[in-house]
Amino acid sequence: MAQGNGDGRARDAAEAVARQSYGKLVAFLAARTRDVAAAEDALSEAFAAALAEWPVKGCPQNPEAWLMTVARRRLIDGARHVRVHESASDDLRLIAESLDAIPDGSAMPDQRLALLFACAHPAIDAGVRAPLMLQVVLGLDAKAIASAFLSSPDAMAKRLVRAKQKIREAGIPFRIPEREELPARTDSVLDAIYAAFAEGWTDPAGTDAARRDLAEEALFLARLAAELLPDEAEALGLLALVLYAESRRRARRDASGEFVPLDAQDRLAWDIAMIEEAETLLRRACALGTLGRYQLEAAVQSAHVARCRSGQADWPAVVALYDALFALTRSPVVAINRALAIGETLGTEAALAALPDADERLGRYQPYWAARAALLARSGAVAQAREAYELAIGLERDDAIRRFLQQRQAAL
Amino acid sequence: MQYLFLLYANEGGWQQLTEAQKQQGMAAYTAYTQALKKEGVLVGSNRLQPIAAATTVHVADGKSQVLDGPYADTKEQLGGYYLVDVPDLDAALAWAARCPGASHGTIEVRPVWPTQNA
Repeated sequence: MAQGNGDGRARDAAEAVARQSYGKLVAFLAARTRDVAAAEDALSEAFAAALAEWPVKGCPQNPEAWLMTVARRRLIDGARHVRVHESASDDLRLIAESLDAIPDGSAMPDQRLALLFACAHPAIDAGVRAPLMLQVVLGLDAKAIASAFLSSPDAMAKRLVRAKQKIREAGIPFRIPEREELPARTDSVLDAIYAAFAEGWTDPAGTDAARRDLAEEALFLARLAAELLPDEAEALGLLALVLYAESRRRARRDASGEFVPLDAQDRLAWDIAMIEEAETLLRRACALGTLGRYQLEAAVQSAHVARCRSGQADWPAVVALYDALFALTRSPVVAINRALAIGETLGTEAALAALPDADERLGRYQPYWAARAALLARSGAVAQAREAYELAIGLERDDAIRRFLQQRQAAL
Repeated sequence: MQYLFLLYANEGGWQQLTEAQKQQGMAAYTAYTQALKKEGVLVGSNRLQPIAAATTVHVADGKSQVLDGPYADTKEQLGGYYLVDVPDLDAALAWAARCPGASHGTIEVRPVWPTQNA
């Protein structure tokens, strides 16, 4: 029994450190050698050792330092045994140097930001940046990441291995970029975090655990970026945007699991603390004076929250925000939302005129057809609206949203 | 780390330049080479003759096959290289972007396989 409790405590302690410190440990162990895979291997051995030793000897005073000591010993042993790789001696020297740089007992420097910049380096394929961050900063395994990104575990594992090889072999630095490059490089870090969040968000019912967890992990990364880049307005803007979305997660479904559109949501089900935090962040971001995509999107969310709370809509302000967003991104998705907002200010005809034409990509995008259908329905073009709903229904993955669209279609 | 910059450009473009433009182009490369030297990062560099001067060799079954022309017929041709020694990829990319070849063609940046040299 006592053994069992010890096991449980050791596992809890190891899990807590894994959650809080995984990325820190990887960043520290790989910063000089740029060998992320070796750092991860050493770390997983250290965690295994912890689970074997902590239940017997008790949890160490400083679990993070304990894990780092074991992991770096493994790393040095590993480098000694590698004969085929000709630069092994270089690696050994680098590891030894990085260890000497830290006196015992002092805090390990937090190099996670440098690790994020390495993961989102322009030399890394854009599609693998988000999965790479989830793995090396948070320790998620390839299987969990694959399921969230609708990819096969094998294919995802291969892409992750290749990305880590690229970091090492191409010499991608673990470094915070110089001032003149910082905004662009920050954008690619934030874009990857947002991509991870968007993947997690596509399961609004929260029935798919892998996806729901992904949104939480992405929120963790967004918090980390905002904490580590407190003067970058867009980092604050992204965190605000993610918080606005998360605050309404529960309200997106009613008790029977049906989809609830924003205007019909129960505001008591919103997470007020998250909304307040988002509003504060957005104000801080605006005060920094560099506007960007995430701040604008967060500002749209803020306007929706204000409208639902007060019943007073400021649609011209929302249109202006979408105008600015569209000028910045030229995104067809933004154009759709902009058209819907125009429907509230200039009327349905103007909204339909503002809706972009269905190209190959938009033609496969459910919200495009749902938006077109809603506008057509309002303009009285029933037959066309029915057709657009038909297309939207055929493209939707989520059962509850499909039912919602079918109800709208039937109500024509 | 050492990186090789492979300079690809459409050879036809160069031939269409006026004499003055060619001189200006050469001067830009000279200035770039000097900048690399001054920084102490240049290991080596060469300009290649046009692909019309290329010959390819392949040995199969002990017999060598010699063919007139380049290995691959592409829209842009390998026209020269720089070998630099810099701390990391970011430094390499920053230097590659300054190369005149990046403006009138494309530069492939390849890390050199590390060898035992210590």
